[in-house]
Amino acid sequence: MAVLTVSRRLLLQGTAALAGLAALGLRAHAAGGGRLVVAADSEPKNLNPAIVASNGVFFVASKVIEPLAEASYTGENGLAPRLALSWEGSSDGLSVTFHLRPGVTWHDGKPFTSADVAFSALQVWKPLQNLGRTIFADLTAVDTPDPLTAVFRFSQPTPIQLIRNALPAVTAVLPRHLYEGTDIATNPANVQLVGTGPYKFAEYKPGQYYRLTRNDAYWDTGKPALEEIVFRVLPDRAGAGAALEADEIQLAAFSAVPLADLARIAKVPGIKVIPEGYEGLTYQLVVEINHRRKELADLKVRQAIAHAIDRTYVVDTIFLGYATASTGPVPKNASEFYTADVETYPFDVARANALLDEAGYARGANGVRFSLKLLPAPYFNETRQFGDYLKQALAAIGIDAQLVNNDAAAHIKAVYTDHAFDLAVAPPVFRGDPAISTTILVKSGLPAGVPFSNQGGFVSAEIDAVIAQAARTVDTGARTQLYKTFQKLVAADLPLINVAEWGFITVARDTVENVASNPRWAVSNWSDTALKG
Amino acid sequence: MLLILVLATFLLLELASGDAVDAYLVSSGGGDANLVAQMRQHYGLDQSVLARLWIYLAALAHLDLGWSLAFDRPVGALIAERLPNTLMLMGAALALSFGLGSLLGVAAGARPGSLTDRLLSVGSLALYAIPGFWLGLVLVLFFAVDLRWLPGSGIETIASGKTGLARAADIARHLVLPVAALGFIYLALFLRVMRSAMAEVWRLDFVTFAQAKGLSRRRIVWRHVARNALLPLVTMLGLQAAAMLGGSVVIESVFAIPGFGRLASEAVAGRDGPLLAGIILVSAVMVIAINLAVDLLYAWLDPRIGAGHAS
Repeated sequence: MAVLTVSRRLLLQGTAALAGLAALGLRAHAAGGGRLVVAADSEPKNLNPAIVASNGVFFVASKVIEPLAEASYTGENGLAPRLALSWEGSSDGLSVTFHLRPGVTWHDGKPFTSADVAFSALQVWKPLQNLGRTIFADLTAVDTPDPLTAVFRFSQPTPIQLIRNALPAVTAVLPRHLYEGTDIATNPANVQLVGTGPYKFAEYKPGQYYRLTRNDAYWDTGKPALEEIVFRVLPDRAGAGAALEADEIQLAAFSAVPLADLARIAKVPGIKVIPEGYEGLTYQLVVEINHRRKELADLKVRQAIAHAIDRTYVVDTIFLGYATASTGPVPKNASEFYTADVETYPFDVARANALLDEAGYARGANGVRFSLKLLPAPYFNETRQFGDYLKQALAAIGIDAQLVNNDAAAHIKAVYTDHAFDLAVAPPVFRGDPAISTTILVKSGLPAGVPFSNQGGFVSAEIDAVIAQAARTVDTGARTQLYKTFQKLVAADLPLINVAEWGFITVARDTVENVASNPRWAVSNWSDTALKG
Repeated sequence: MLLILVLATFLLLELASGDAVDAYLVSSGGGDANLVAQMRQHYGLDQSVLARLWIYLAALAHLDLGWSLAFDRPVGALIAERLPNTLMLMGAALALSFGLGSLLGVAAGARPGSLTDRLLSVGSLALYAIPGFWLGLVLVLFFAVDLRWLPGSGIETIASGKTGLARAADIARHLVLPVAALGFIYLALFLRVMRSAMAEVWRLDFVTFAQAKGLSRRRIVWRHVARNALLPLVTMLGLQAAAMLGGSVVIESVFAIPGFGRLASEAVAGRDGPLLAGIILVSAVMVIAINLAVDLLYAWLDPRIGAGHAS
């Protein structure tokens, strides 16, 4: 009898297991299924995108924790709804109303409501987030008349255009029930993320990988297509290409495969090179200038340097064609704001030399007019290579540039705290609106120690006035016009020199589908990304 | 001694420009002045070096290795997590280079000046001249990309669910290429030391005597020459263990192995004083332990050394 019971139980278990397996197989088949392994080159110590709005964090976290809206190629104002379905600003700029998506649950099963949005905005984005501290500086309250409506109240007019453009980067919503009453900065959920996104955070093996698994209860029914995404930590850049070829990983974003390897790897059967999907994360190659140097305070000298740079050479040789020459502080692909109607500085060594002569810096006996300290940012191959190029380009106009190569921490301190530079090469990011992280590069009055800001001592009352006025201009058309003026003024005054702008490159196996489906693809939720076969 | 190490680590890192918050800001995409100040305060970086050093030493006295600024985790846990990987990598590489190196050294030293000797000498020198990362990449390209025999990165298969022996076999498979890359470089050293030590022993009287006695060449090589040439090799073993710890930084990066060497380079880049000091302390203890073992090995290999101590 006992034997029979056991065998019956076993039989039942076996049948159940088989049924389960079959169901799993079916579902995996229906959804495409599979595990996508992706190269990651860094492990952020705080993975919370509501606190650290940076691309390194978004890369992993955007699949788990969602913003109110995401960038889109086709949507109205370049946006696609995520946790918010629609938004409108009041005409006085003192409030913005968000209508939230119904039927959304957190990964732990609790419902998502306007209280989560209010908590995130007031307790996290405004006081703790690197970008949100500026954008939501005047946010005083968030009213929640019902669970699906959140009304943001500002003490000063705040342009809806700015809020809209900032939605993808600064509005990652956190679960209030896990954060309220805790020390938000050290909450364990900053590593073990809990969100509403298409993937749940499964595990993190430091130094090895992050593993995300499918959220079966995702609000966008039928998505995501993948069972798992694994972000594999590959610190060596040469390793990512080899791992792709060996099919150990299927995708490397953010140019993890160096530009120099692209021509070769593009010819490998089964591998594709995709330059799209970064239009909303444009990086700008910029020469930062320390205006405290007497020579550099002279506009003619800055104009001469601008004329000495061969932008075509930079784009073709350093970026191997995967970049665009810049005309000013707003990149060309930000079509909402961009204007080409600005002063330009075509490559002209003779004119550069003439400008320097006019400015009174004649060549000495050795052909040198004066010496400068040049600090290329070490974060990218291209910023270092441009440093080498700039040294030569300056030599051609009689400026002797001494290259100072630091590691990342030393570079940040030297440029943004100690001001121990004459020229520096920087890669700032344009984040969809000039007010997010672009105007800070030229506006005055910032204390020492603010990274990626104007630390070159440049002061222009006119530019400061335009920036301040745009910050309070609620009308979208008028605000856009002000930023066109801003571009003109910056191009004429040259507080810094914009050289080129670039997006990154994704390299993937042919089996990966729906790559680059939006302008911030690498840092978006990948709910439609699938594996073929 | 260990205290001096800790002091030196702290001061050296202090000499490097920029602190842990600067290093963090690079990846965070910006912030304002107040946020930066808050972070410095949170990590105690607003205090002087001496104050921080004092706090560190006080914790160390309680065997607490402190808090990593770059990882926001206890240093002890980080080290405990990474050390076994490096020990496996180093141990296997050391065994490979010592074992194969000394065997080939015997082959070369058995007949100094012979064709075998010359080929081995040239071959090993060529191997020694190759940079570790390059050898690693070539191995990956050949065995992982072209042939797909072995995994080219990582320490084990991701979330494989393997346990016990299956997991050990999986880790061993992942270690083949990195161990080869790290071991082959040091192999040349052992080979050459063995060979030259043997060349010296060949000239000694007792070898001439053994030859005169009519012993077979094989017996003379193994029993009389090689065995007596082993001592300098063991000395090398102790020294190379420390050098290999340095070599593993590169190999761990190339093969994406979460090890000690990579942790050290991340600690420097992140200006993470407590972590770096912890790593250096543990490394020092390891090197001391290895050299102690080597000393004991001497006494076992050459009883005269032990006897000398006793008298």
